[in-house]
Amino acid sequence: MIEKALKGNPAYWMWLAFLSAFIAVGGICYLRQFLFGMHLTGMGRDLSWGLYISQFTFLVGVAAGGLMLVLPYYIHNYKAFGRMTILGEFLAISSIVMCLMFIMADIGQPLRGLNMIFHPTPNSMLFWDMVVLLGYLGLNVICGWVILTAERKQVKPPKWVYIFVYISIPFAVSIHTVTAMLYCGLPGRHFWLSAITAPRFLASAFAAGPALIVIACLIMKRIAHFDVGKEAINKLTTIIMYAALINAFFVCLEFFVGYYSNIPGHKHALEYLFFGLEHHGHVYNNLVPFMWTSVVFCFGGLGLFAYMKIANWSTDFFIGIGCALIFIALWLDKGLGFVMGGLAVNPLDEVVEYIPTANEIGITLGIWATGFLLVTVLYKIAVKVEHEVEG
Amino acid sequence: MDKQRRKFLKIAGATALAGISAPVVVNLTGSPAVASAAKNQASAQAAAAGGHGDDTAPKGVKLGLLIDMRKLYGHPELLDKATQACNKAHNIPKIDNKKSEIKWIWKTPFANAFTDQSTSNASYTTRNNDFLVLCNHCAEPPCVRVCPTKATFVDKKTGIVAMDFHRCIGCRFCMMGCPYGARSFNWMDPLPFIEELNPDFPARMRGVVEKCNFCGERLALGKEPACVEAVKEAGAIIFGDLNDPNSEIRRILDKEHTIQRQAAYGTKPSVFYIV
Ligand code: SF4
Ligand code: SF4
Repeated sequence: MIEKALKGNPAYWMWLAFLSAFIAVGGICYLRQFLFGMHLTGMGRDLSWGLYISQFTFLVGVAAGGLMLVLPYYIHNYKAFGRMTILGEFLAISSIVMCLMFIMADIGQPLRGLNMIFHPTPNSMLFWDMVVLLGYLGLNVICGWVILTAERKQVKPPKWVYIFVYISIPFAVSIHTVTAMLYCGLPGRHFWLSAITAPRFLASAFAAGPALIVIACLIMKRIAHFDVGKEAINKLTTIIMYAALINAFFVCLEFFVGYYSNIPGHKHALEYLFFGLEHHGHVYNNLVPFMWTSVVFCFGGLGLFAYMKIANWSTDFFIGIGCALIFIALWLDKGLGFVMGGLAVNPLDEVVEYIPTANEIGITLGIWATGFLLVTVLYKIAVKVEHEVEG
Repeated sequence: MDKQRRKFLKIAGATALAGISAPVVVNLTGSPAVASAAKNQASAQAAAAGGHGDDTAPKGVKLGLLIDMRKLYGHPELLDKATQACNKAHNIPKIDNKKSEIKWIWKTPFANAFTDQSTSNASYTTRNNDFLVLCNHCAEPPCVRVCPTKATFVDKKTGIVAMDFHRCIGCRFCMMGCPYGARSFNWMDPLPFIEELNPDFPARMRGVVEKCNFCGERLALGKEPACVEAVKEAGAIIFGDLNDPNSEIRRILDKEHTIQRQAAYGTKPSVFYIV
């Protein structure tokens, strides 16, 4: 089926060329980092995790978000998602590949990466994260490919593949739970040391993943004449709304705990993120504009969806805008604020701010571009197969 | 590279030897005759004590360090001396950049060292003196718990929280786990920044984490940790086996009121302070 990716119109090839340019720049930036060292990043002794790990955290969520399609379709037999589930599975594959690339970009001795496998360490959450990520990747590759092949031959998928589909459901939850556990079991990091981290991650994942899928569907409807149907899109936007609302609720709970308990450690990160943190006469507030943008976009998106539901009116364009707003809001919240906020105050009560370097941003964009390229190619194959079947 | 590796193996071998003859380490500060007998006694005691709030290591040797700040107040030069001795002994690069610097033992104000014990009306002495901080060689070390490769591990023979620089993949998870900021990462090649290379200790490569190792390599040769030796005349740092009832450190701990950094996190630090 791979050959289906090799035929396309000029727009398709131009899009791939555009992405490849970013990938090339990212590749050069990575080579620089590989040869000269990680001081080329904005990370430092006090802020030893940065953009790479936060992107990883966010993308695990995007991968887990595919669950919102798989679950209704396979468990509740919700037929409207029929044409879309494969897109969820392919998005999961691309996101996990990006996650793994971000991890590789982040470790200081990438050539020793296999040490994680040679010396399995069950007490480390990072070990379990690797296990569930590789597991989920494998499951999605199997399910996606087998089901698509069956569809192409217009036969029912073999029974055994459903076992993998069902296993992939708890795996989707576990990838994001374990990723949350990377953070939420660490002493001395008040912002992360919160039992609500995992549910909060899941809620934001179940909004961000589907939002990206809706956008992809709307684009494909226009350029590839692949329509997943109005009902599917409607259902999905409802799911996005609820998940985003629950996520916002969880964030409010964090505020309550911090400000009502009035314990400085619990307040610092929130103060830093939303209002600016005063420390020895200097106010640290780099992320304040980003976080408020996130709040405005989140409620803007929610308001837009609510209006469309109440007025029983919607256009593809506004659905797309709503999804984009929510996706960006969640990216700012989790792909930026969560990691940086937790690190703003170091264990010795000093405040350090993080500014990623150009080289670091280059690598990050390169990896995102790789993910988009992969997703484009996979979606192209899926859409081609669907078209063929319809013949 | 190859030479470095061999050197490292030599040291690792020596340290292992020291592990086998752990009483030698203990002899440094305790009385020689009872060392091994004391070991059994201590473990029996610890087992009996057990339960909630037991803050001694369960059994065997557990090396610890006690800093008597009373002898250091007003003498910042002594703190610097200890730091310099450590830097020299361990080929710690001198990087004048807060972002990339490497620190094993360094000085910092009380409020930064004891973030949960800084009071709003601290004494003049507390406010105007720096305190020495280093890896606490915790009995419940979160850095060991989170490391995915066992590159950070507890040396069972001494209780030292040690590192294998050749296994570390540089994920920096341990830096997130350590609630004391005791670990540093080699963001760049440290070699050009080492002022005077000590051939007896391996230099690190970039991309790995490092921290204080309680001078495991010096203990193996029957020497005291470099910082202890550096301020010997002030007698401000005492080092020894916390589980040996006859060690000097044990005797002082029994007598004096000491504090530990961020004890509430339950990491059971093995570095104690008299303030
Ligand atoms: S002080 Fe930090 S690095 Fe040292 S043993 Fe404790 S947790 Fe690990
Ligand atoms: S940086 Fe090295 S020592 Fe630290 S957790 Fe990762 S592998 Fe272990």
